[in-house]
Amino acid sequence: MCLAVPGRIVSVGDDALKTGKVSFGGMIKDVSLALVPEARVGDYVMVHVGFAISTVDEGAALRSIELFKAMTARNRSDTAPAEGEGGTTP
Amino acid sequence: MSDDHSLELSCPLPTLRQQTIALAHGGGGRLMQELIRQTFLPAFDNAWLAQLHDGAVLPVDGGQLAFTTDSYVVQPLFFPGGDIGRLAVYGTVNDLAMCGAKPLYLSAGFILEEGLPLETLMRVVTSMAEAAQAAGVAVVTGDTKVVDRGKGDGMFINTAGVGLVLQEAAVAPQRVRSGDAILLSGDLGRHGLAVLSVREGLAFAGDIRSDSAPVHTVVEDLLSSGIEVHCLRDLTRGGLASALNEIAAAARVAMAVDERAIPVSEPVRGACELLGLDPLYVANEGRFVAFVPESEAYKALTIMRRHEVSQGAAIIGRVMDSEERAVVLMTVLGTKRFLDLLSGEQLPRIC
Amino acid sequence: MKYVDEFRDRGAAEAMANAIRRSVTRPWTLMEVCGGQTHAIVRFGLDELLPEKLTLVHGPGCPVCVTPVGLIDQAVALASWPHVIFCTFGDMLRVPGSRRSLFDAKAAGGDVRLVYSPLDALALARSHPDREIVCFAVGFETTAPAYAMAVKEAARLRLSNFSLLVAHVLVPPAMEAILSAPGNRVQGFLAAGHVCTVMGYTQYELLAAQYRVPIVVTGFEPLDILEGILMLVRQLEEGRAEVENQYVRSVRRQGNEAATALLAEVFEPSPRAWRGIGEIPASGLRLKPAYAAYDAALKFQRELAQTTGNTEEDPECRSGLVLQGLLKPTECPAFGVRCTPERPLGAPMVSSEGACAAYYRYRKPAMHETSGSREDER
Repeated sequence: MCLAVPGRIVSVGDDALKTGKVSFGGMIKDVSLALVPEARVGDYVMVHVGFAISTVDEGAALRSIELFKAMTARNRSDTAPAEGEGGTTP
Repeated sequence: MSDDHSLELSCPLPTLRQQTIALAHGGGGRLMQELIRQTFLPAFDNAWLAQLHDGAVLPVDGGQLAFTTDSYVVQPLFFPGGDIGRLAVYGTVNDLAMCGAKPLYLSAGFILEEGLPLETLMRVVTSMAEAAQAAGVAVVTGDTKVVDRGKGDGMFINTAGVGLVLQEAAVAPQRVRSGDAILLSGDLGRHGLAVLSVREGLAFAGDIRSDSAPVHTVVEDLLSSGIEVHCLRDLTRGGLASALNEIAAAARVAMAVDERAIPVSEPVRGACELLGLDPLYVANEGRFVAFVPESEAYKALTIMRRHEVSQGAAIIGRVMDSEERAVVLMTVLGTKRFLDLLSGEQLPRIC
Repeated sequence: MKYVDEFRDRGAAEAMANAIRRSVTRPWTLMEVCGGQTHAIVRFGLDELLPEKLTLVHGPGCPVCVTPVGLIDQAVALASWPHVIFCTFGDMLRVPGSRRSLFDAKAAGGDVRLVYSPLDALALARSHPDREIVCFAVGFETTAPAYAMAVKEAARLRLSNFSLLVAHVLVPPAMEAILSAPGNRVQGFLAAGHVCTVMGYTQYELLAAQYRVPIVVTGFEPLDILEGILMLVRQLEEGRAEVENQYVRSVRRQGNEAATALLAEVFEPSPRAWRGIGEIPASGLRLKPAYAAYDAALKFQRELAQTTGNTEEDPECRSGLVLQGLLKPTECPAFGVRCTPERPLGAPMVSSEGACAAYYRYRKPAMHETSGSREDER
């Protein structure tokens, strides 16, 4: 359960709920930033039912992505060289 | 009620200076005549309608007639990129196009709720007139009824339409064949999300506008190019997944579709991810799928991309020879799953 | 979409699947607790990428599925009163109570409104001072802070027409119930990444040590789930039983302290019956006495007492077994035959992330004769 999606903070409000505007690929929703007091404009946050529940640790995210790239490259060279783009799933 | 305090002492009946629809407007009497003369006639402006007869007698060249009807109950009445009137005209125009016909004449039946601001009705009717003109069709006959306050959601519209069939061979699911290419005319999800974006409880901002638009000119182009168009279907409620399933069932075929080939814009993706919606099931308006022989696929694609309404067209899959009459989706990961009909409307989820 | 698409990369998924395959030497049974993970697994066909030796069972992490019938009946009763505006997430709309669902109540004229956030319900309370706004507060620890915030805000605004029908459930007691059940086959857990985003994962360290099971806190995108499975398999193969965090971009060990403080202020643990499973002690949340004015069950106690709850499930429904990972939906004799999304026997067939619904929607029964029909993969 718990559908939470990453979005980029576009603006921060100063009402009781710290309502800011968060962009999800261009779709903008009002989101309460009250639970992420450290978040700033430009940060990515995970949003669930109208609330940001965490700031995305972009460093950690990028490290994960780099790890995936390395695994992909190793996997491509490990598996049969005749394989083209979008290879078969054994 | 108008807050105009200058009483017309010589005229005991309320006139169109009234600002809202009253039950009397549907009563068949003078008030209704006034409404027709002052609202519908000037907007739709054609000789048939001006006759104000029970129906319109229309000239038709020899051939086959396509006939369709649809009712429009969208809430709210106005949304980014469109309104109920525009939908009512383009929806029926497109249904005729899906039969391989050139749309010609429309009827328009209105069920109005008592208390509807006249200004709202005029906005919708003006929008319909603009749409009719853009689509090259005439609204030649119509009807108006008024229901009690609380019984109507503001406005319901029914449009029926006739058109002249352009192609000798029928354009219908029964002509779909194994190996046919499946083309999609553009990106998904705009209409459903545009309407959702102004609904209480789910509202959001951003550049998502309804894709309500006429598609008959691109269909005419396809038909006159010599391509053997087997089937056309416009995507409305239930989205792409429902349309494909309906055709697969009617044509008794299976289909394989590639998720990576299906265009979805970034804001639509963002909204769907956030609300827990699958874009393949979200309503569209100015979008259709076409089934053509595989050898004609690229030719058809080129023609579609020449028109603004289908410039984002893509080949998304093919019809398969299979025991299992199902629509199978290849996911972005290369795995497979069924794309089934939903039992009801798709609902946003949080889990 | 940033931080979404990179975690759906096909090449990386294949690489990860191969790494899992290389690591597995013996059969293992793993459970993903969270319904959102179930949904992702079936939607992206992730189980197709896993080796045969790995069995993935789906857990009770669908708060919609586990909400007790009695609470749904109360919701339906409240929704049927003309002065009430009943707010719910879409997920709950079609789940049947003992006789009816909220959808049925709406069709019969109840003012049932779909909301995305508790804040939308709060806005309704402000704009409709003459109506009673009741919110169905469903969800795990991920969702509870949002409701806690709504209640605090209602208190600050001195709203007297806003209340919650609380149905929140907690994950760790459920996991413990599964682990301590006789016949448990689960050897490792993918813990729910968004629950842990809020709560952190210290609670799981005790479970891991006590029951000697590895637990990996996992996200929801395909690569998160595959990486979580890889980490779990490695632990199992190496004989370790630790708590590890795969979802590092969102989860910190101590969780979200603002959120946990808020939860502690507004809610307290309570007993809760889990539909199909039975009562699990201290597995639910209820509003603290200071916030009793916002508790719909108390506020409307007298009226609700008249709701006679025949809280029995359809005897043919095996959702309890499915939710505990003891039965695959496709192994249930009623699956797809007497139990479909149109005519469900129980909640997991209706909820969009219930295991039964997920299997039905993405895999028809025929598909589960593994080989055969999938042979024509190009």
